[in-house]
Amino acid sequence: MAKDIISIYNVFRFFETKEGGQLPVLSEINLGVREGEFISLLGPSGSGKSTLLRIMAGLIKPSSGTVTYLGEPVDGINPGVSMVFQSFALFPWLTVLENVMMGLEDKPFPKEEKRERAIKMIDIVGLDGFENAYPKELSGGMKQRVGIGRALVSEPDILLMDEPFSALDVLTAENLRRDILDLWHEGKIPVKSIVMVTHGIEEAVLMSDRVVILSKSPARIREQIAINLKRPRDSKHPSFEKMLDRIYSVMMQKEKKQFYPDQNIKEELIHFVSIGALTGFLELLADFKEKQDLYSLAEELSLEIDDFVPIVDSASLLQFAKVENGDIELTKKGFEFAEASVLDRKHIFKVQFVNTVPLAKKILTVLESKSNHHMNYEFFEDMLEKYFSAENVEKQIDTLIDWGRYSELFAYNEVSGQFYLEQGEFEIEEEKPEN
Amino acid sequence: MIIGIFSKKRTVWIDVILFILVIGLIYAIMHLGKAMVAPYAPSVDSKPLDLSLWKIPYYTGLSVLRMFIAFAASIVFTLIYGYLAAKNKVAEKILIPLLDIFQSVPVLGFLSITVTAFVSIFKGNSFGLELACLFAIFTGQVWNMIFSFYQSLTTIPKELNEAADVLKLNWYQKMIKLEIPYSMMGLVWNSMMSFGGGWFFLAASEAVTVLGNTTMLPGIGSYVTEAINQGNMVAIFYAIITMIVVIVLIDFLFWKPVVAWAQKYKLETVSSGASPTSFVYDMLVRSNWFKYFWLGLALPFKLFGRFLNSVAKLTAASREVRKKPLTIIMGKIIGVVIVLYILFISIAYLKELYHVLGTTPSSLYWTIFSDGFLTFIRVMVAVFLGALWTVPAGVAIGLNPKLAKFFQPIIQVAASFPSNLIFPFVTILFVHYHMSLGYGAIPLMMLGTQWYILFNVIAGAMAIPKDLLEAGDVFKIRGTKRWQKIILPAIFPYLITGCITASGGAWNASILAEVVQWQSNILTCKGLGSFISAATGSGNWTGIILGIAMMCLFVVVVNNVLWRVLYRIARDKFSF
Repeated sequence: MAKDIISIYNVFRFFETKEGGQLPVLSEINLGVREGEFISLLGPSGSGKSTLLRIMAGLIKPSSGTVTYLGEPVDGINPGVSMVFQSFALFPWLTVLENVMMGLEDKPFPKEEKRERAIKMIDIVGLDGFENAYPKELSGGMKQRVGIGRALVSEPDILLMDEPFSALDVLTAENLRRDILDLWHEGKIPVKSIVMVTHGIEEAVLMSDRVVILSKSPARIREQIAINLKRPRDSKHPSFEKMLDRIYSVMMQKEKKQFYPDQNIKEELIHFVSIGALTGFLELLADFKEKQDLYSLAEELSLEIDDFVPIVDSASLLQFAKVENGDIELTKKGFEFAEASVLDRKHIFKVQFVNTVPLAKKILTVLESKSNHHMNYEFFEDMLEKYFSAENVEKQIDTLIDWGRYSELFAYNEVSGQFYLEQGEFEIEEEKPEN
Repeated sequence: MIIGIFSKKRTVWIDVILFILVIGLIYAIMHLGKAMVAPYAPSVDSKPLDLSLWKIPYYTGLSVLRMFIAFAASIVFTLIYGYLAAKNKVAEKILIPLLDIFQSVPVLGFLSITVTAFVSIFKGNSFGLELACLFAIFTGQVWNMIFSFYQSLTTIPKELNEAADVLKLNWYQKMIKLEIPYSMMGLVWNSMMSFGGGWFFLAASEAVTVLGNTTMLPGIGSYVTEAINQGNMVAIFYAIITMIVVIVLIDFLFWKPVVAWAQKYKLETVSSGASPTSFVYDMLVRSNWFKYFWLGLALPFKLFGRFLNSVAKLTAASREVRKKPLTIIMGKIIGVVIVLYILFISIAYLKELYHVLGTTPSSLYWTIFSDGFLTFIRVMVAVFLGALWTVPAGVAIGLNPKLAKFFQPIIQVAASFPSNLIFPFVTILFVHYHMSLGYGAIPLMMLGTQWYILFNVIAGAMAIPKDLLEAGDVFKIRGTKRWQKIILPAIFPYLITGCITASGGAWNASILAEVVQWQSNILTCKGLGSFISAATGSGNWTGIILGIAMMCLFVVVVNNVLWRVLYRIARDKFSF
């Protein structure tokens, strides 16, 4: 077995909330990157996989635990890595050649040698002829090639890639993936290992030797799956599809809710899902009339897992649908909602919203208890800060406002920053939960 | 640019403490001047200026030189101040509110203080006067530039910053390769605006009256002052023509090439259509001699850069060895010592100021406040009247590309033109028609400041989305409705931005506009501007400091109450 180049021991990472509390982003991460290995970090969005990558790079310090490179603890930027970014992060005022030469900026070579190395690297990534072009003159795929060239020119031990293909269109991404794989297997990429963050399951299976699946908030390593399929891999091959299915079901499994002993977090993060998308999804399920396999459903809708999971989660949170063993099925309420008229839908939604989302009920109770039925944004912001990180608080409130407005449960005035009840009080219909 | 400050959450008590400290510091500087000039030495260069026409180019040349020296100083200061504010969390907490206060200090009210201080330091040498003039231009333009730089530095995309870190750039390389290039466009545009505004301060500060003595530095501003004294209208006329030519020439020979050069720092990820070009720039790029000239010019900077780079490498290396390198600790100690020293001076003089104020009759406070209120009304009316005509004009120009193309350069010149050179002509009218300056000061303030509103309104009208206007046409929204429902809401944020800039300019202009002179006729009116002018002329130090403090207070309060609220509304409700 090859030795580890980077090792991560028991790494935790917390974000401070405004009230001084700590919200975990990464929890108990133990991971080794072996020589010659291509690893994919796979997880839903907001799962902290990018944070983990940045901890490997030394851009972010872990709150506790250690990262070592060749056995030495990493303090500051990891000397053995270089990185490729989702947004390419090229310097727009430098030419392709100058951008690639930036990869050698801290090296003691004379300028001529830097130039030669950069030109050689530009040839390898397939950009010869474009040396003197500026990034803005290049297509997305070409830009990312520059990004890769800049990362590789210094011949680091490890190449880190943060969702390198997600800003590219489908065909360009496919082309670049193939090219990178070819270069990697021909040994033309001068690195020992590659770690890639992705949310594309197919991409992970196609490219990597090992897939590390992370769970959501906080990210833990849920499962590590070695991909031993023969290369070059064919995404239509049954064993490939079996692997996809396996990873998909791991990712879609409802996580056991984790309670933090010191904080007693009870609120579940609701994803931002537009009412239109949710309604469309439920209507579609109603048309099928029977259980659907989640993976094939996502395929059919050609939705990325990042866009798909929130819709499924919201549907099951509102008890419109039920997810079991990788299948999804509408509930009675779900059918009722899908078949109802536009106005009736609002009512059904309102009832489900109040009864299944504790935060909605809380907001309603607060507004009802005030004599003028108005309350500041800040009040709810403070309330949510106990449960979520600052970044999520805003998203949560946005979702709550959106759903509240749709269901006419409560309204919100952006200019005055006030939540308020539209008219009279809303009688909460106490319903017994289904089954 | 002032606006950006509003969007930050701020702590009020820091502002208040800093405000008091700044007043203390101003008093300290004033005191220094007063103590050292025991016999204030205005004998410096009092021979009257030669008003003959052939002298104009010489005087103008001197003025232009002052402008560029002050501009160079502004750039250097901007880079240091902005960098510190963006990089050091503690410094940021102090420097940014301080910027806001300094921005509100009426530069021209401060002039008498700096003149006495500088003259006393240089023992009556005219060098002190020169420095005071440069200082006035510098303080008139530097704050906007700093803010632009600071804002660029703090908005560098996270991934670009991370890329620089992973590429292991040291702080110097990062500054040269990432931070300054990233800020370049904003810096260039703001420099251009600030430089234009600088002419006003130049014209005002070349001739300064302190303690009843007028001292003049040879230059276009003092040329006009002398012409006013002598009542030589022809000379003023020629000075104005020269000024226009100079502004146009500097634009053509300096700013256009700089803007064309800076295009490569434009932050676009895809190529967009035509970008500004410059005939001069194209010529320079193609010429061989310029290449060598440029290389020669850049050499000292390159050497200095190499020096900084090796310093940066050393600090980076020592960081790897030990956690806290000596240099960082040293830097911290020096920083703390400087801050403590300034604190000490401010507090010492605050104590003295407190004593002086204790003996000041309370009626003076009331006078100053009521004067301040009068000036406040004038400023507001000036801004309002300015908006009244610039909104329809700006919208007409902005919605018509042909008009915009024709008018924009003209407006640009008008905005740069130091309005105080026109004052004498208006004064003659006032004298002739026996018009009260109480009202007359308002059009004088407008002369220089309305252009900012016009600029912004044009930009706003140009930014109205085409489909919004088309939707208006389709739904037959016409006439007043069209203004009410489409145009005014769409340009509102721009209008507010323009008004904020204009009101800042009007406060400064009040110091000149509330006392005007033609030959021996001196018109004046009640107001904070004339109060400060009078206090300066008679050397009433308590009056000066109180007047300046009151003006700062008015500006800060109006900015934070009125403009901040309007700006919020503009941002939240009327932005696309």
